[in-house]
Amino acid sequence: MSTLEPGTQAAPGAKSPYRRMEDSIDIATMEQPLAVFAGDEAEHELLTLNMGPHHPATHGVLRLLVTLDGEVVQDLKPIIGYVHTGIEKTCEDKSYWKAIPAVERMDYLSYYFNAHAYCGAVETLLDCEVPKRGQYLRVIHLELNRIKSHLVWLGTSALDLGAMSVWWYCFREREKILDLFEMSSGARMHTRYIQVGGVIEDIPAGFEAKLRGFLADMPNRIDQYGDLLTRNEILLNRLRNVCPLDEQTLLSLGVTGPLLRAAGNPWDLRKAMPYSSYEDFDFKIPVGTVGDNYDRYVVRLQEMRESLKIIEQALDGLPEGPHITTDRKIALPPRHELATSMEALIHHFKLVTEGFRVPPGEVYYPVESPRGELGCFVRSDGSSKPARVHMRDPSFVNLQAIAPMVQGNYIADLIATLAMLDPVLGGVDR
Amino acid sequence: MPDATGLELLAQDLRAAPGLGDDAVLGAVHFRGQATLEVRPSAVRAVLARLRGQGYGFLASVHGVDYWPQEPRLGVHYELLDMSALDRIRVKLRVSTDAPEVESVTADWPTANHQEREVYDMFGVVFTGHPDPRRILMPEDYEGHPQRRDFPVGGEPVLFTKDHDRDYTR
Repeated sequence: MSTLEPGTQAAPGAKSPYRRMEDSIDIATMEQPLAVFAGDEAEHELLTLNMGPHHPATHGVLRLLVTLDGEVVQDLKPIIGYVHTGIEKTCEDKSYWKAIPAVERMDYLSYYFNAHAYCGAVETLLDCEVPKRGQYLRVIHLELNRIKSHLVWLGTSALDLGAMSVWWYCFREREKILDLFEMSSGARMHTRYIQVGGVIEDIPAGFEAKLRGFLADMPNRIDQYGDLLTRNEILLNRLRNVCPLDEQTLLSLGVTGPLLRAAGNPWDLRKAMPYSSYEDFDFKIPVGTVGDNYDRYVVRLQEMRESLKIIEQALDGLPEGPHITTDRKIALPPRHELATSMEALIHHFKLVTEGFRVPPGEVYYPVESPRGELGCFVRSDGSSKPARVHMRDPSFVNLQAIAPMVQGNYIADLIATLAMLDPVLGGVDR
Repeated sequence: MPDATGLELLAQDLRAAPGLGDDAVLGAVHFRGQATLEVRPSAVRAVLARLRGQGYGFLASVHGVDYWPQEPRLGVHYELLDMSALDRIRVKLRVSTDAPEVESVTADWPTANHQEREVYDMFGVVFTGHPDPRRILMPEDYEGHPQRRDFPVGGEPVLFTKDHDRDYTR
Protein backbone atom coordinates (compact mmCIF):
# COMPACT_ATOMS: atom_id res chain seq x y z
CA MET A 1 0.00 0.00 0.00
CA SER A 2 2.67 2.46 0.99
CA THR A 3 4.90 3.80 -1.70
CA LEU A 4 7.32 5.14 0.88
CA GLU A 5 10.22 2.88 1.72
CA PRO A 6 10.87 2.47 5.43
CA GLY A 7 13.57 4.79 6.63
CA THR A 8 13.20 7.39 3.89
CA GLN A 9 12.07 10.86 4.78
CA ALA A 10 9.14 12.54 3.08
CA ALA A 11 9.95 15.92 1.57
CA PRO A 12 8.65 18.80 3.70
CA GLY A 13 5.09 19.66 2.69
CA ALA A 14 4.61 16.34 0.93
CA LYS A 15 1.62 14.27 1.91
CA SER A 16 2.07 11.27 4.13
CA PRO A 17 1.32 7.84 2.66
CA TYR A 18 -1.82 7.68 4.73
CA ARG A 19 -3.07 10.99 3.38
CA ARG A 20 -2.32 9.95 -0.19
CA MET A 21 -4.21 6.71 0.27
CA GLU A 22 -7.04 8.70 1.74
CA ASP A 23 -7.11 11.13 -1.17
CA SER A 24 -7.22 8.27 -3.64
CA ILE A 25 -10.61 7.21 -2.29
CA ASP A 26 -13.42 8.81 -4.25
CA ILE A 27 -16.26 9.39 -1.82
CA ALA A 28 -18.55 10.58 -4.61
CA THR A 29 -19.04 7.01 -5.79
CA MET A 30 -20.13 5.89 -2.33
CA GLU A 31 -22.51 8.71 -1.53
CA GLN A 32 -26.21 8.19 -1.87
CA PRO A 33 -27.78 10.77 -4.11
CA LEU A 34 -29.99 13.14 -2.12
CA ALA A 35 -33.07 12.77 -4.32
CA VAL A 36 -33.68 9.07 -3.82
CA PHE A 37 -37.39 9.19 -4.48
CA ALA A 38 -37.28 11.00 -7.76
CA GLY A 39 -39.36 8.48 -9.66
CA ASP A 40 -42.44 6.74 -8.33
CA GLU A 41 -44.90 9.01 -6.51
CA ALA A 42 -46.74 6.09 -4.92
CA GLU A 43 -43.80 5.00 -2.79
CA HIS A 44 -42.90 8.56 -1.97
CA GLU A 45 -44.10 9.61 1.43
CA LEU A 46 -43.04 12.58 3.49
CA LEU A 47 -42.59 12.16 7.20
CA THR A 48 -43.40 14.92 9.64
CA LEU A 49 -41.25 14.65 12.70
CA ASN A 50 -41.64 16.56 15.92
CA MET A 51 -38.38 17.57 17.54
CA GLY A 52 -38.45 18.98 21.02
CA PRO A 53 -39.54 21.07 22.87
CA HIS A 54 -37.63 19.13 25.50
CA HIS A 55 -34.61 17.81 23.73
CA PRO A 56 -31.01 18.51 24.68
CA ALA A 57 -30.03 19.14 21.06
CA THR A 58 -32.47 22.00 20.67
CA HIS A 59 -30.46 24.11 23.17
CA GLY A 60 -33.50 25.16 25.14
CA VAL A 61 -37.22 24.76 24.95
CA LEU A 62 -37.48 24.91 21.17
CA ARG A 63 -39.82 22.78 19.12
CA LEU A 64 -39.12 22.04 15.49
CA LEU A 65 -41.59 20.54 13.08
CA VAL A 66 -39.46 18.86 10.49
CA THR A 67 -40.79 17.51 7.20
CA LEU A 68 -38.52 14.72 6.10
CA ASP A 69 -38.05 13.03 2.78
CA GLY A 70 -36.13 9.97 3.87
CA GLU A 71 -33.33 11.54 5.87
CA VAL A 72 -33.42 14.82 4.01
CA VAL A 73 -35.06 17.86 5.54
CA GLN A 74 -37.64 19.28 3.14
CA ASP A 75 -39.10 21.91 5.39
CA LEU A 76 -38.76 23.06 8.94
CA LYS A 77 -40.93 25.21 11.15
CA PRO A 78 -39.69 26.47 14.50
CA ILE A 79 -42.44 26.67 17.11
CA ILE A 80 -41.51 28.96 19.96
CA GLY A 81 -43.05 30.55 23.00
CA TYR A 82 -42.57 27.74 25.50
CA VAL A 83 -40.52 29.94 27.81
CA HIS A 84 -42.38 33.16 27.12
CA THR A 85 -42.56 34.84 30.51
CA GLY A 86 -43.77 38.29 29.56
CA ILE A 87 -40.67 40.11 30.73
CA GLU A 88 -41.45 43.08 28.48
CA LYS A 89 -44.84 43.39 30.15
CA THR A 90 -43.32 43.01 33.60
CA CYS A 91 -40.95 45.91 32.91
CA GLU A 92 -43.88 48.26 32.34
CA ASP A 93 -44.89 47.72 35.95
CA LYS A 94 -41.51 48.47 37.48
CA SER A 95 -39.56 51.67 37.90
CA TYR A 96 -36.66 52.03 35.50
CA TRP A 97 -33.91 50.75 37.74
CA LYS A 98 -36.02 47.88 39.05
CA ALA A 99 -36.57 46.61 35.51
CA ILE A 100 -32.86 45.82 35.06
CA PRO A 101 -32.97 42.39 36.79
CA ALA A 102 -36.01 41.43 34.72
CA VAL A 103 -34.37 42.49 31.46
CA GLU A 104 -31.19 40.59 32.34
CA ARG A 105 -33.09 37.33 32.41
CA MET A 106 -34.12 37.48 28.74
CA ASP A 107 -31.02 36.11 27.04
CA TYR A 108 -29.66 34.26 30.04
CA LEU A 109 -26.19 33.71 28.57
CA SER A 110 -25.51 37.38 27.90
CA TYR A 111 -27.02 39.22 30.81
CA TYR A 112 -24.51 42.06 30.72
CA PHE A 113 -25.56 42.79 27.16
CA ASN A 114 -29.25 42.85 28.01
CA ALA A 115 -28.62 45.19 30.90
CA HIS A 116 -26.34 47.35 28.77
CA ALA A 117 -28.82 47.69 25.92
CA TYR A 118 -31.58 48.61 28.33
CA CYS A 119 -29.49 51.01 30.42
CA GLY A 120 -28.07 52.56 27.26
CA ALA A 121 -31.58 53.26 26.01
CA VAL A 122 -32.60 54.82 29.34
CA GLU A 123 -29.40 56.88 29.43
CA THR A 124 -30.16 58.16 25.93
CA LEU A 125 -33.62 59.17 27.07
CA LEU A 126 -32.16 60.88 30.13
CA ASP A 127 -29.33 62.41 28.10
CA CYS A 128 -27.00 61.14 30.81
CA GLU A 129 -23.29 60.79 30.27
CA VAL A 130 -21.56 57.69 31.61
CA PRO A 131 -18.13 58.46 33.12
CA LYS A 132 -15.17 57.06 31.22
CA ARG A 133 -14.26 54.63 34.01
CA GLY A 134 -17.81 53.30 34.02
CA GLN A 135 -17.64 52.77 30.27
CA TYR A 136 -14.34 50.89 30.54
CA LEU A 137 -15.62 48.73 33.38
CA ARG A 138 -18.66 47.95 31.25
CA VAL A 139 -16.44 46.96 28.34
CA ILE A 140 -14.37 44.64 30.55
CA HIS A 141 -17.47 42.86 31.79
CA LEU A 142 -19.21 42.82 28.42
CA GLU A 143 -16.24 41.17 26.79
CA LEU A 144 -15.86 38.68 29.63
CA ASN A 145 -19.52 37.89 29.11
CA ARG A 146 -18.96 37.46 25.39
CA ILE A 147 -16.21 34.91 26.07
CA LYS A 148 -18.41 33.18 28.61
CA SER A 149 -21.31 32.98 26.20
CA HIS A 150 -19.08 31.63 23.44
CA LEU A 151 -17.67 29.04 25.85
CA VAL A 152 -21.14 27.73 26.61
CA TRP A 153 -21.87 27.69 22.89
CA LEU A 154 -18.63 25.84 22.14
CA GLY A 155 -19.14 23.27 24.87
CA THR A 156 -22.73 22.48 23.99
CA SER A 157 -22.08 22.47 20.25
CA ALA A 158 -19.16 20.09 20.60
CA LEU A 159 -21.36 17.92 22.78
CA ASP A 160 -23.95 17.82 20.00
CA LEU A 161 -21.26 16.70 17.59
CA GLY A 162 -20.12 13.95 19.94
CA ALA A 163 -17.08 15.57 21.53
CA MET A 164 -17.90 15.34 25.19
CA SER A 165 -14.61 16.41 26.75
CA VAL A 166 -14.68 19.90 25.21
CA TRP A 167 -17.67 20.71 27.38
CA TRP A 168 -15.65 20.14 30.56
CA TYR A 169 -12.75 22.26 29.36
CA CYS A 170 -15.06 25.09 28.33
CA PHE A 171 -16.87 25.04 31.64
CA ARG A 172 -13.56 25.07 33.49
CA GLU A 173 -12.81 28.50 31.99
CA ARG A 174 -16.40 29.65 32.28
CA GLU A 175 -16.16 29.00 36.00
CA LYS A 176 -13.23 31.41 36.23
CA ILE A 177 -15.23 34.12 34.48
CA LEU A 178 -18.14 33.54 36.82
CA ASP A 179 -15.72 33.85 39.77
CA LEU A 180 -14.67 37.23 38.39
CA PHE A 181 -18.31 38.28 38.07
CA GLU A 182 -18.89 37.19 41.65
CA MET A 183 -15.93 39.22 42.76
CA SER A 184 -17.07 42.45 41.13
CA SER A 185 -20.79 42.22 41.77
CA GLY A 186 -21.48 39.51 44.35
CA ALA A 187 -23.45 37.35 41.93
CA ARG A 188 -22.27 34.83 39.40
CA MET A 189 -25.18 35.11 37.02
CA HIS A 190 -27.66 37.93 36.42
CA THR A 191 -25.32 40.24 38.24
CA ARG A 192 -27.18 43.53 37.93
CA TYR A 193 -23.73 45.12 37.65
CA ILE A 194 -24.59 47.59 34.90
CA GLN A 195 -26.81 50.38 36.16
CA VAL A 196 -28.34 53.42 34.55
CA GLY A 197 -25.48 55.92 34.49
CA GLY A 198 -22.60 53.50 34.95
CA VAL A 199 -21.88 50.40 36.99
CA ILE A 200 -23.01 49.61 40.52
CA GLU A 201 -19.57 49.39 42.12
CA ASP A 202 -15.94 49.87 41.31
CA ILE A 203 -13.90 46.69 40.92
CA PRO A 204 -12.58 45.42 44.26
CA ALA A 205 -8.94 45.01 45.27
CA GLY A 206 -7.53 41.82 43.81
CA PHE A 207 -9.86 41.81 40.82
CA GLU A 208 -7.22 43.15 38.49
CA ALA A 209 -4.66 40.52 39.49
CA LYS A 210 -7.20 37.76 39.07
CA LEU A 211 -8.32 39.09 35.72
CA ARG A 212 -4.72 39.37 34.54
CA GLY A 213 -4.17 35.79 35.53
CA PHE A 214 -7.17 34.82 33.46
CA LEU A 215 -5.97 36.89 30.51
CA ALA A 216 -2.59 35.16 30.67
CA ASP A 217 -4.17 31.70 30.80
CA MET A 218 -6.94 32.05 28.31
CA PRO A 219 -5.07 32.28 24.95
CA ASN A 220 -3.51 28.95 25.82
CA ARG A 221 -6.87 27.46 26.60
CA ILE A 222 -8.34 28.69 23.32
CA ASP A 223 -5.40 27.02 21.60
CA GLN A 224 -6.36 23.83 23.40
CA TYR A 225 -9.93 23.97 22.12
CA GLY A 226 -8.53 24.63 18.68
CA ASP A 227 -6.21 21.64 18.98
CA LEU A 228 -9.10 19.45 19.99
CA LEU A 229 -11.49 20.61 17.30
CA THR A 230 -10.22 22.80 14.48
CA ARG A 231 -8.46 20.03 12.57
CA ASN A 232 -10.46 17.18 14.02
CA GLU A 233 -11.46 14.85 11.21
CA ILE A 234 -14.97 14.22 12.56
CA LEU A 235 -15.63 17.87 13.19
CA LEU A 236 -14.38 18.86 9.74
CA ASN A 237 -16.65 16.34 8.11
CA ARG A 238 -19.60 17.46 10.16
CA LEU A 239 -19.06 21.19 9.66
CA ARG A 240 -17.15 21.98 6.50
CA ASN A 241 -19.39 23.01 3.60
CA VAL A 242 -22.43 22.06 5.64
CA CYS A 243 -25.50 24.28 5.45
CA PRO A 244 -23.93 27.47 4.12
CA LEU A 245 -26.09 30.51 3.55
CA ASP A 246 -25.02 33.46 1.46
CA GLU A 247 -24.62 36.98 2.73
CA GLN A 248 -27.59 38.47 0.85
CA THR A 249 -30.08 35.93 2.21
CA LEU A 250 -28.73 36.45 5.71
CA LEU A 251 -29.11 40.21 5.39
CA SER A 252 -32.65 39.95 4.08
CA LEU A 253 -33.50 37.68 7.02
CA GLY A 254 -32.05 40.25 9.39
CA VAL A 255 -29.30 37.96 10.63
CA THR A 256 -26.40 39.71 12.38
CA GLY A 257 -23.47 38.73 14.53
CA PRO A 258 -21.07 35.82 14.00
CA LEU A 259 -23.45 34.18 11.50
CA LEU A 260 -23.28 37.18 9.19
CA ARG A 261 -19.55 37.60 9.74
CA ALA A 262 -18.99 33.94 8.86
CA ALA A 263 -20.51 34.71 5.46
CA GLY A 264 -17.88 37.39 4.91
CA ASN A 265 -19.66 40.57 5.95
CA PRO A 266 -17.57 42.32 8.60
CA TRP A 267 -20.56 44.00 10.23
CA ASP A 268 -19.87 44.57 13.89
CA LEU A 269 -21.58 47.38 15.79
CA ARG A 270 -18.55 47.74 18.06
CA LYS A 271 -16.58 48.91 15.05
CA ALA A 272 -19.30 50.37 12.85
CA MET A 273 -21.16 52.46 15.39
CA PRO A 274 -19.01 52.40 18.52
CA TYR A 275 -20.67 52.82 21.90
CA SER A 276 -19.26 52.69 25.42
CA SER A 277 -15.75 53.71 24.27
CA TYR A 278 -15.20 50.76 21.91
CA GLU A 279 -13.51 53.22 19.56
CA ASP A 280 -10.59 53.39 22.03
CA PHE A 281 -9.61 49.78 21.55
CA ASP A 282 -7.66 48.05 18.86
CA PHE A 283 -9.24 44.80 17.78
CA LYS A 284 -10.01 42.89 14.63
CA ILE A 285 -13.25 41.45 13.30
CA PRO A 286 -12.87 37.80 12.32
CA VAL A 287 -14.76 36.97 9.13
CA GLY A 288 -15.35 33.76 7.26
CA THR A 289 -15.39 33.14 3.53
CA VAL A 290 -17.95 30.44 2.75
CA GLY A 291 -20.53 30.97 5.45
CA ASP A 292 -20.75 27.29 6.31
CA ASN A 293 -20.85 25.79 9.78
CA TYR A 294 -17.08 25.58 9.95
CA ASP A 295 -16.74 29.33 9.36
CA ARG A 296 -19.32 29.96 12.06
CA TYR A 297 -17.25 27.88 14.44
CA VAL A 298 -13.92 29.49 13.56
CA VAL A 299 -15.30 33.04 13.69
CA ARG A 300 -16.58 32.56 17.23
CA LEU A 301 -13.33 30.93 18.34
CA GLN A 302 -11.37 33.90 17.00
CA GLU A 303 -13.78 36.36 18.57
CA MET A 304 -12.80 35.07 21.98
CA ARG A 305 -9.20 36.04 21.29
CA GLU A 306 -10.21 39.51 20.14
CA SER A 307 -12.30 39.93 23.29
CA LEU A 308 -9.24 39.10 25.36
CA LYS A 309 -7.31 41.84 23.56
CA ILE A 310 -10.07 44.34 24.29
CA ILE A 311 -10.17 43.40 27.98
CA GLU A 312 -6.42 43.75 28.29
CA GLN A 313 -6.46 47.21 26.70
CA ALA A 314 -9.38 48.31 28.85
CA LEU A 315 -7.62 47.12 31.97
CA ASP A 316 -4.35 48.82 31.01
CA GLY A 317 -6.04 52.09 30.16
CA LEU A 318 -8.65 52.06 32.92
CA PRO A 319 -9.14 55.77 33.66
CA GLU A 320 -9.49 57.22 37.13
CA GLY A 321 -12.72 58.83 38.18
CA PRO A 322 -16.21 57.89 39.18
CA HIS A 323 -17.67 54.58 38.02
CA ILE A 324 -21.22 55.89 37.88
CA THR A 325 -22.69 59.24 37.01
CA THR A 326 -22.52 61.83 39.78
CA ASP A 327 -26.00 63.05 38.91
CA ARG A 328 -27.80 62.38 42.19
CA LYS A 329 -31.15 62.43 40.43
CA ILE A 330 -30.22 59.21 38.62
CA ALA A 331 -27.64 57.28 40.64
CA LEU A 332 -27.76 56.47 44.33
CA PRO A 333 -25.48 58.60 46.56
CA PRO A 334 -22.47 56.81 48.07
CA ARG A 335 -23.27 55.00 51.26
CA HIS A 336 -21.06 57.16 53.52
CA GLU A 337 -22.90 60.34 52.49
CA LEU A 338 -26.15 59.06 53.93
CA ALA A 339 -24.88 59.47 57.48
CA THR A 340 -23.89 63.10 57.06
CA SER A 341 -25.94 64.65 54.30
CA MET A 342 -29.65 65.32 54.54
CA GLU A 343 -29.80 65.91 50.79
CA ALA A 344 -28.20 62.56 50.07
CA LEU A 345 -30.78 60.90 52.28
CA ILE A 346 -33.62 62.58 50.38
CA HIS A 347 -32.13 61.55 47.04
CA HIS A 348 -31.69 58.01 48.28
CA PHE A 349 -35.27 57.86 49.53
CA LYS A 350 -36.72 59.26 46.32
CA LEU A 351 -34.67 56.97 44.11
CA VAL A 352 -35.49 53.83 46.06
CA THR A 353 -39.20 54.53 46.47
CA GLU A 354 -40.32 56.21 43.28
CA GLY A 355 -37.24 55.97 41.10
CA PHE A 356 -36.11 58.66 38.69
CA ARG A 357 -38.44 60.14 36.14
CA VAL A 358 -37.47 60.01 32.50
CA PRO A 359 -38.38 62.65 29.89
CA PRO A 360 -40.99 61.42 27.40
CA GLY A 361 -39.65 60.03 24.17
CA GLU A 362 -38.74 56.91 22.23
CA VAL A 363 -35.26 55.56 21.67
CA TYR A 364 -33.67 52.44 20.23
CA TYR A 365 -30.26 51.45 21.54
CA PRO A 366 -28.46 48.62 19.72
CA VAL A 367 -25.40 46.80 21.00
CA GLU A 368 -23.36 43.93 19.58
CA SER A 369 -24.22 40.92 21.69
CA PRO A 370 -22.51 37.52 21.23
CA ARG A 371 -25.35 36.61 18.88
CA GLY A 372 -25.73 39.82 16.90
CA GLU A 373 -27.58 43.08 17.16
CA LEU A 374 -29.35 43.30 20.48
CA GLY A 375 -31.45 46.43 20.40
CA CYS A 376 -33.53 47.81 23.21
CA PHE A 377 -36.47 50.05 22.43
CA VAL A 378 -37.75 52.09 25.35
CA ARG A 379 -40.67 54.46 25.28
CA SER A 380 -41.12 56.81 28.17
CA ASP A 381 -44.29 58.71 28.98
CA GLY A 382 -42.58 60.94 31.51
CA SER A 383 -43.30 58.81 34.57
CA SER A 384 -40.88 56.70 36.57
CA LYS A 385 -41.90 53.48 34.82
CA PRO A 386 -41.16 52.65 31.19
CA ALA A 387 -44.25 52.71 28.98
CA ARG A 388 -42.77 50.09 26.67
CA VAL A 389 -39.61 48.03 26.69
CA HIS A 390 -38.88 45.90 23.68
CA MET A 391 -35.81 43.80 23.03
CA ARG A 392 -34.86 43.09 19.48
CA ASP A 393 -33.24 39.84 20.41
CA PRO A 394 -30.79 38.42 17.87
CA SER A 395 -31.75 34.82 18.66
CA PHE A 396 -35.38 35.55 17.81
CA VAL A 397 -34.49 37.03 14.43
CA ASN A 398 -31.66 34.62 13.61
CA LEU A 399 -33.92 31.63 14.20
CA GLN A 400 -35.70 32.48 10.95
CA ALA A 401 -32.54 31.51 9.08
CA ILE A 402 -32.59 27.90 10.26
CA ALA A 403 -35.10 26.75 7.62
CA PRO A 404 -33.27 28.10 4.55
CA MET A 405 -30.01 26.78 6.00
CA VAL A 406 -31.05 23.17 6.42
CA GLN A 407 -33.50 22.64 3.56
CA GLY A 408 -32.18 19.87 1.36
CA ASN A 409 -29.68 18.65 3.93
CA TYR A 410 -29.58 15.62 6.19
CA ILE A 411 -31.34 15.71 9.54
CA ALA A 412 -28.02 15.06 11.30
CA ASP A 413 -26.76 18.33 9.84
CA LEU A 414 -29.80 20.08 11.25
CA ILE A 415 -28.48 19.36 14.75
CA ALA A 416 -25.05 20.70 13.86
CA THR A 417 -26.50 23.79 12.21
CA LEU A 418 -28.79 24.54 15.11
CA ALA A 419 -25.78 24.33 17.40
CA MET A 420 -23.82 26.70 15.18
CA LEU A 421 -26.78 29.09 14.99
CA ASP A 422 -26.54 29.39 18.78
CA PRO A 423 -30.06 30.46 19.68
CA VAL A 424 -30.81 31.14 23.33
CA LEU A 425 -34.45 30.38 23.93
CA GLY A 426 -34.71 32.73 26.85
CA GLY A 427 -33.96 35.49 24.38
CA VAL A 428 -36.20 34.09 21.67
CA ASP A 429 -39.28 33.91 23.88
CA ARG A 430 -38.51 36.65 26.41
CA MET B 1 -28.61 59.19 12.20
CA PRO B 2 -29.61 61.83 9.72
CA ASP B 3 -29.50 65.24 11.40
CA ALA B 4 -32.65 67.33 11.78
CA THR B 5 -32.17 69.00 8.38
CA GLY B 6 -31.40 65.72 6.66
CA LEU B 7 -34.53 64.23 8.16
CA GLU B 8 -36.68 67.08 6.83
CA LEU B 9 -35.12 66.65 3.39
CA LEU B 10 -35.87 62.95 3.56
CA ALA B 11 -39.48 63.69 4.49
CA GLN B 12 -39.71 66.16 1.59
CA ASP B 13 -38.35 63.55 -0.78
CA LEU B 14 -40.89 60.99 0.39
CA ARG B 15 -43.77 63.45 0.01
CA ALA B 16 -42.64 64.25 -3.51
CA ALA B 17 -42.16 60.60 -4.46
CA PRO B 18 -44.56 59.27 -7.11
CA GLY B 19 -47.54 57.48 -5.63
CA LEU B 20 -46.99 58.64 -2.08
CA GLY B 21 -48.44 62.13 -1.88
CA ASP B 22 -48.26 64.97 0.61
CA ASP B 23 -49.90 63.09 3.44
CA ALA B 24 -47.57 60.09 3.25
CA VAL B 25 -45.31 61.53 5.92
CA LEU B 26 -47.24 62.86 8.89
CA GLY B 27 -44.32 64.11 10.89
CA ALA B 28 -40.59 64.01 11.41
CA VAL B 29 -39.14 63.98 14.92
CA HIS B 30 -35.50 64.31 15.83
CA PHE B 31 -34.97 63.31 19.44
CA ARG B 32 -31.69 62.55 21.25
CA GLY B 33 -29.93 62.18 17.93
CA GLN B 34 -32.41 59.61 16.65
CA ALA B 35 -34.58 60.25 13.62
CA THR B 36 -38.21 59.18 13.40
CA LEU B 37 -40.61 59.52 10.50
CA GLU B 38 -44.28 59.07 11.19
CA VAL B 39 -46.07 57.84 8.09
CA ARG B 40 -49.61 57.14 6.95
CA PRO B 41 -50.34 53.47 7.74
CA SER B 42 -51.35 52.65 4.18
CA ALA B 43 -48.10 54.09 2.82
CA VAL B 44 -45.69 52.16 4.98
CA ARG B 45 -44.68 49.57 2.40
CA ALA B 46 -43.99 52.20 -0.25
CA VAL B 47 -42.09 54.37 2.22
CA LEU B 48 -39.88 51.49 3.31
CA ALA B 49 -39.23 50.57 -0.32
CA ARG B 50 -38.32 54.19 -1.10
CA LEU B 51 -35.99 54.34 1.92
CA ARG B 52 -34.35 51.12 0.80
CA GLY B 53 -33.46 52.93 -2.41
CA GLN B 54 -31.83 55.64 -0.28
CA GLY B 55 -29.52 53.06 1.27
CA TYR B 56 -31.51 51.85 4.26
CA GLY B 57 -31.24 48.24 3.18
CA PHE B 58 -31.48 46.44 6.51
CA LEU B 59 -34.61 46.16 8.60
CA ALA B 60 -33.26 45.76 12.11
CA SER B 61 -36.43 45.52 14.12
CA VAL B 62 -40.20 45.74 14.01
CA HIS B 63 -41.98 46.39 17.26
CA GLY B 64 -45.36 47.39 18.50
CA VAL B 65 -46.25 50.08 21.00
CA ASP B 66 -49.51 50.83 22.77
CA TYR B 67 -49.96 54.58 23.18
CA TRP B 68 -52.94 54.24 25.53
CA PRO B 69 -54.68 56.54 26.48
CA GLN B 70 -53.72 58.50 23.35
CA GLU B 71 -55.51 57.87 20.07
CA PRO B 72 -54.86 56.19 17.69
CA ARG B 73 -53.64 53.73 20.22
CA LEU B 74 -51.45 51.20 18.49
CA GLY B 75 -48.11 51.94 16.90
CA VAL B 76 -45.78 49.87 14.77
CA HIS B 77 -42.14 50.86 14.52
CA TYR B 78 -39.67 49.83 11.82
CA GLU B 79 -36.00 50.34 12.62
CA LEU B 80 -34.04 50.75 9.41
CA LEU B 81 -30.29 50.59 9.14
CA ASP B 82 -27.95 51.80 6.41
CA MET B 83 -24.89 49.60 6.67
CA SER B 84 -22.65 51.66 4.39
CA ALA B 85 -23.52 55.17 5.58
CA LEU B 86 -23.76 53.86 9.18
CA ASP B 87 -27.09 55.49 9.64
CA ARG B 88 -30.34 54.55 11.31
CA ILE B 89 -33.87 55.80 10.89
CA ARG B 90 -37.13 54.80 12.53
CA VAL B 91 -40.40 54.69 10.58
CA LYS B 92 -43.51 54.55 12.68
CA LEU B 93 -47.22 54.45 12.08
CA ARG B 94 -50.28 54.63 14.28
CA VAL B 95 -53.53 52.69 13.89
CA SER B 96 -56.62 52.58 16.06
CA THR B 97 -57.76 49.46 17.90
CA ASP B 98 -61.02 49.50 15.86
CA ALA B 99 -59.35 48.80 12.56
CA PRO B 100 -55.79 47.72 13.37
CA GLU B 101 -54.77 46.79 9.85
CA VAL B 102 -51.37 47.37 8.33
CA GLU B 103 -49.98 46.00 5.13
CA SER B 104 -47.33 43.36 5.77
CA VAL B 105 -43.82 44.11 4.56
CA THR B 106 -42.68 40.48 4.80
CA ALA B 107 -42.61 40.11 1.01
CA ASP B 108 -39.99 42.88 0.77
CA TRP B 109 -38.24 42.21 4.06
CA PRO B 110 -38.29 38.50 4.99
CA THR B 111 -36.97 39.35 8.46
CA ALA B 112 -40.32 40.96 9.31
CA ASN B 113 -42.02 37.56 9.27
CA HIS B 114 -41.49 36.60 12.92
CA GLN B 115 -41.49 40.18 14.12
CA GLU B 116 -44.85 41.06 12.59
CA ARG B 117 -46.26 37.89 14.07
CA GLU B 118 -45.02 39.03 17.45
CA VAL B 119 -46.66 42.45 17.03
CA TYR B 120 -49.91 40.75 16.07
CA ASP B 121 -49.64 38.40 19.02
CA MET B 122 -48.89 41.07 21.58
CA PHE B 123 -50.90 44.04 20.26
CA GLY B 124 -53.46 42.64 17.83
CA VAL B 125 -52.26 44.58 14.81
CA VAL B 126 -53.34 42.58 11.77
CA PHE B 127 -50.77 42.46 8.98
CA THR B 128 -52.62 41.94 5.71
CA GLY B 129 -50.79 39.78 3.24
CA HIS B 130 -48.62 38.12 5.86
CA PRO B 131 -47.75 34.58 4.72
CA ASP B 132 -48.27 32.99 8.13
CA PRO B 133 -50.51 35.22 10.28
CA ARG B 134 -50.56 33.22 13.49
CA ARG B 135 -49.64 33.91 17.08
CA ILE B 136 -46.01 33.25 17.79
CA LEU B 137 -45.26 33.48 21.52
CA MET B 138 -48.64 32.97 23.16
CA PRO B 139 -50.59 29.71 22.78
CA GLU B 140 -52.67 29.58 19.61
CA ASP B 141 -55.98 29.46 21.52
CA TYR B 142 -55.09 32.42 23.70
CA GLU B 143 -57.59 35.26 23.91
CA GLY B 144 -56.53 38.88 24.00
CA HIS B 145 -53.30 40.70 23.28
CA PRO B 146 -51.24 40.82 26.44
CA GLN B 147 -48.93 43.75 25.70
CA ARG B 148 -51.81 46.21 25.37
CA ARG B 149 -51.77 48.63 28.25
CA ASP B 150 -55.34 47.85 29.30
CA PHE B 151 -54.52 44.15 29.63
CA PRO B 152 -54.24 43.45 33.36
CA VAL B 153 -50.90 42.44 34.83
CA GLY B 154 -50.91 39.40 37.07
CA GLY B 155 -53.94 37.55 38.33
CA GLU B 156 -53.66 35.05 35.53
CA PRO B 157 -53.76 31.53 36.91
CA VAL B 158 -51.09 29.05 35.99
CA LEU B 159 -52.86 26.18 34.31
CA PHE B 160 -51.83 22.62 34.90
CA THR B 161 -53.33 19.56 33.30
CA LYS B 162 -54.02 18.01 36.67
CA ASP B 163 -56.52 20.67 37.70
CA HIS B 164 -57.83 22.01 34.43
CA ASP B 165 -61.41 21.62 35.67
CA ARG B 166 -60.87 23.92 38.59
CA ASP B 167 -62.66 27.25 38.52
CA TYR B 168 -60.03 29.89 39.16
CA THR B 169 -62.46 32.79 39.05
CA ARG B 170 -63.71 32.17 42.60
